[in-house]
Amino acid sequence: MLIMVALIFGIALMAPWIFKLFREKTGWVLALLPLGSFVYLLSWMPHIADGNTVTQSTAWVNMDFFSVNLSFYLDGLSLMFGLIITGIGTFIVLYGGGYLSGSAYLPRFYSAILLFMGSMLGVVIADNLISIFVFWELTSFTSFLLIGFTHEQENSRRSALMALLVTGIGGLAMLAGLILMGFATGQWEVSALLNEGDIVREHGLYLPILLLILAGAFTKSAQFPFSFWLPAAMVAPTPVSAYLHSATMVKAGVYLLARMHPVLGFTETWMLLVGGFGLATLLISAWLALSYTDMKQILAYSTVMSLGTMMMLIGLGTELAMQALAVYVFSHAMYKGALFMVAGAVDHEAGTRDVLKLGGLRALMPISAAAAAVAALSMAGIPPLFGFVAKEIVYEASLGATLWPVLIITVAVIANIAIVAASAIVVLRPFFGTAVETPKKAHEAPLSMWIGPAMLAALSVVFGVLPFLIDSALMLPAAAAVWGAPLDFYLSLWHGINLPLILSILTLAGGILVYRVWDPLRESAPMKVWQSGFADYPVRGYDATVNGMLSLAGWQTRVLQNGLISNYLSTIIITALIAVGYTFLSRSGLVWNPSFADVTIYEWALSIGIVASLGIILAFGHSRLTMIVGAGIVGFGLALIYLIHGAADLAMTQVLVETLTVILVVLVLIHVPKLKEVRSTTTRVRDGVIAVAAGVLMTLLIFAVTALPFDAFISEFYAEASYPLAHGRNIVNVILVDFRALDTMGEVIVVAIAGLAVYALIKMTRHGATQK
Amino acid sequence: MNGFLVFPIIIPLIVATLALLFRKSSVMQRWIGVTGMVILLASVIVLFRDVYVDGIQVLQLGDWDAPFGITLVGDMLSMLMLGISAVMGLIIAVYSLYDIDKERERFGYYPLLHILLMGVNGSFLTGDIFNLYVWFEVMLIASFILLALGNSKNQLQGALKYVIINLFSSLLFLFGVALLYGMTGTLNMADLAQRLPEVENVGLVTTVSMIFLVSFGIKAAIFPLFFWLPASYHTPPVAISAIFGGLLTKVGVYALIRVFTLLFTQDIGYTHTILMWVAGFTMVIGVLGAASHYEFRKILSFHIVSQIGYMIMGLAFNTALGLMGAIFYVLHNILAKSNLFLISGIAQRLLGTFELKQMGGLYKHYPFLAVLFMISAFALAGFPPLSGFWAKLTVVKAGLAVEAYVLTATAILVGLLTLFSMMKIWLTAFWGTVPEKGVPEHFGKIALFGAGNLYIMVVPVMAVAGLILLVGLYAQPLLEVCLIAAEQLLNPSVYIEAVLGPQ
Repeated sequence: MLIMVALIFGIALMAPWIFKLFREKTGWVLALLPLGSFVYLLSWMPHIADGNTVTQSTAWVNMDFFSVNLSFYLDGLSLMFGLIITGIGTFIVLYGGGYLSGSAYLPRFYSAILLFMGSMLGVVIADNLISIFVFWELTSFTSFLLIGFTHEQENSRRSALMALLVTGIGGLAMLAGLILMGFATGQWEVSALLNEGDIVREHGLYLPILLLILAGAFTKSAQFPFSFWLPAAMVAPTPVSAYLHSATMVKAGVYLLARMHPVLGFTETWMLLVGGFGLATLLISAWLALSYTDMKQILAYSTVMSLGTMMMLIGLGTELAMQALAVYVFSHAMYKGALFMVAGAVDHEAGTRDVLKLGGLRALMPISAAAAAVAALSMAGIPPLFGFVAKEIVYEASLGATLWPVLIITVAVIANIAIVAASAIVVLRPFFGTAVETPKKAHEAPLSMWIGPAMLAALSVVFGVLPFLIDSALMLPAAAAVWGAPLDFYLSLWHGINLPLILSILTLAGGILVYRVWDPLRESAPMKVWQSGFADYPVRGYDATVNGMLSLAGWQTRVLQNGLISNYLSTIIITALIAVGYTFLSRSGLVWNPSFADVTIYEWALSIGIVASLGIILAFGHSRLTMIVGAGIVGFGLALIYLIHGAADLAMTQVLVETLTVILVVLVLIHVPKLKEVRSTTTRVRDGVIAVAAGVLMTLLIFAVTALPFDAFISEFYAEASYPLAHGRNIVNVILVDFRALDTMGEVIVVAIAGLAVYALIKMTRHGATQK
Repeated sequence: MNGFLVFPIIIPLIVATLALLFRKSSVMQRWIGVTGMVILLASVIVLFRDVYVDGIQVLQLGDWDAPFGITLVGDMLSMLMLGISAVMGLIIAVYSLYDIDKERERFGYYPLLHILLMGVNGSFLTGDIFNLYVWFEVMLIASFILLALGNSKNQLQGALKYVIINLFSSLLFLFGVALLYGMTGTLNMADLAQRLPEVENVGLVTTVSMIFLVSFGIKAAIFPLFFWLPASYHTPPVAISAIFGGLLTKVGVYALIRVFTLLFTQDIGYTHTILMWVAGFTMVIGVLGAASHYEFRKILSFHIVSQIGYMIMGLAFNTALGLMGAIFYVLHNILAKSNLFLISGIAQRLLGTFELKQMGGLYKHYPFLAVLFMISAFALAGFPPLSGFWAKLTVVKAGLAVEAYVLTATAILVGLLTLFSMMKIWLTAFWGTVPEKGVPEHFGKIALFGAGNLYIMVVPVMAVAGLILLVGLYAQPLLEVCLIAAEQLLNPSVYIEAVLGPQ
């Protein structure tokens, strides 16, 4: 399986060059890749159907306490998803070739869509928790590229970023949840975790783990209130929408929760959260679908409704719900994939997707019309299509809910009425009725674009009439995997006259009624409120969050990074004062036992003189010159202190350096314009307080340190070793050129480079000036 | 004793001197500049092997036994830092061949670059706290001049802020060294590590640690000490921005890691909690700063601050996983961040500006450059399978392991904002339409590998992008050596014994 995924990625990256070989036929060539993967996965089906699972593992990083495996796990659930991804992927590659034929970006499209397919396949067959996240992030990244495909439009860029950020934050939360779950159980492979459900559920961190993983699943699978990014992502070319937003990416969240159901499910929290969000999403978005006239928007919201239904089923947590989930996921992929592709074909051939501007296309596009009709019937849940089988079992599961079955079934029926109406809208409006003048002269889509919808529609019929073809082979293992234990059931079209059937008839009748009043209904006030409340406000919330963050960022930067060096310095010095001062007082406490006994009168006089004169100059001096003089006084005063302590050579060096510095600086300053006094009295006082505080703190620290015993072993060693070992009588010299010669070398370099700098700065300015 | 330890310091010095001798010849400057980097890299590889095979390597300079002379110490952390600095040195030197004008070459660009690396390498190798100060000075003077070289008003303003604030950091550093010496009578770091626990007034040691935190914190550009960085890093030529943005702040991080694992472990409950707070604020403030800018290099500059937070976070946990994550983060970040700077330079050559509002069309006309940007930007945001993913994963895992939930959540959120900042560049400069006005004639016409030698800038970027991918896809070796480094840091006795001999 690793080879399969690697092959997909490898070929995806080579797609632009493959395109150069095959040009227009590239789609047919590249479609072999998903087709091959499909066949490969299919070959495992009998094995899986017998109740087996397959695991393959390769170590990616393998360390004692940090290892990540590239491991894969194939059971009923991952097989079903894998088949959907590769199967529909095959048609999408063909379809994309037709849809984007002639676009300069077609090679990039092939790369991106195949990369996406590989990532998506990775998500559903990965076994290791971290590798699930890896593939999950890759789907976010590749879908970003695909949603922003028409990147020169502002809208596309905005939607791409929206999808990336919303699913990105969820993904990161999920990572934290997965890691916590790994810590809780010590297991990092899903296949092993499936047996650790009790440990996780009883763990103290169960709730955080659950919430974090739900954040990932809900954002990815567009649950309300995170659903807004999905309809916005419809700016993508239709092959992308058909693939990402019907069959694959948005189902990643559903997959994840289905996968984790045996581990995290079966608790009341799970039922309330997953079921509750699912139920709210399905109701809200089903009716939102009716407030749009763009075929893709209608389909987008009906997809969100389906995702809500799947979540609701996972939340129900009964055996029947698991069966319903498997059947519903499978049937949804087929009809929604077909409908999206047809919507794109209509757009491509007729020039618009707005159902109000379309009509009577069935004569011009007979195959597309037929495929759309069948798929829409399946979506509406009409026998003998597979969608009917799915809806029956969904109703049955809703009726069997352990919590509030009446509420659930009522909501489900109300939502499905809207979906029936939506099904009618997307097929009756464009294809039936009187012909309408369209922006482009419509004709049937090319083979590459109708083969997908036609095949998927045909399958809806086949599986509807002959459900036994897949029930024990595919649906049963998938449902059992979600349930966490073997199941036994079979599907059939006809269950006899029972409550679900009656509800189905009721739904159908309601749907037809809604369809008939759709035009006035769409414009009605409640519908507008519904739309602004549930579709517009979440987007506004997103915008407000982003803008709020940006204005916070702008404000913060204006305050902190205000361009004034004096502010920067005072902030830094205050920070230092607080950090050091607080630590000193709280950790060490004041140490105050200085002995002034051996301080001579000269030292007193010098110290006080230095500090006082400097203080006076800094406080009252207004020109640069006086300040330099102040600095000079300190330097010469230090030289005198050295002299008192008998370090004549140090004192000499100090005097020389100080003299040079003062002369040089004065020379430079003569040429600098006069200092403008910009500091107010308040800032001068503030600066003074900071300066005094810093000085006091440093002094106190020195007292505290000198209060400790000093071990002079190094100086003693230097005194002893200087002559016999280093052959020098002047200890200071020996230290400089031998004991610590590297320091001296470093400082010599500093001086040399400073010289180079002065030269460069002076010369380059002059050069620059003559150039102008 | 391992004489090789001196090479990463001596080679740049010799190369810089040679380059100065041939100051007049641009050709010689370039040859010497690049060859010197190759030799440096080779010497580091040899040294790396020694440390990997035989453990910590030590050189007592002048043959004075520690703690009387100055000791050079190469442990795994030093080696990793040296390695990345040598790699980046070579990359930058090659990129500079095209990016740096003749004028700057004539006034000592290549010698300064090598002296800068000498200071950086010296900092990584020294086992003496005062000697570290000296290397910081070497680094500071070289970087100051590199920043100012060119004399534009912007540059001088930035450089002035840079040098004033960094001089304050040096002052604090020196004061801290003096206090340490007063408490223990020694400057050798291994000896300090041995003597500091014997100091009676433990609180005073903790106090001194705060002086080092502030001093090195300024160098590392942590909150609230980072001001000099966003003020200066976007002003010099891109090659210089890149090596500064990648490497220099990380020397501060290195110094923090060194002292807070070797010297200041008396009161971890206090010091490392402060580090956690610093980490959180640094991340958030830095990334918001990046979000508030609309100039390619300013976004990158401010964003450096944010990433420093992650490294401090790993350090603050003081666990093997945390330190491993911090070190890995440093290495990855140098690659990704420098590369983004280098890409900004190529984009500027093509579009004539760094202002995002006047940029666009790079994805359409230069898809290969777009791929290189994508690799670096998504690596920075921590996407798999790139280097940043492992950095993020280890740090997050380390955070959850020590139950630092708030900080870890912050780190995760900041990761998203990083992505936002990078996408701001992507959505305008790459995906946006070509601006109608002000785009140079040659945009879209010259090829990356066509006439005009633009490839000299592209090839180094490709090399770094390749490394990012390699580290991402095949992370095991680097993670392993980072773990070795982390374990050495957590067991200072090995370091101490290597320097002072068996106790």
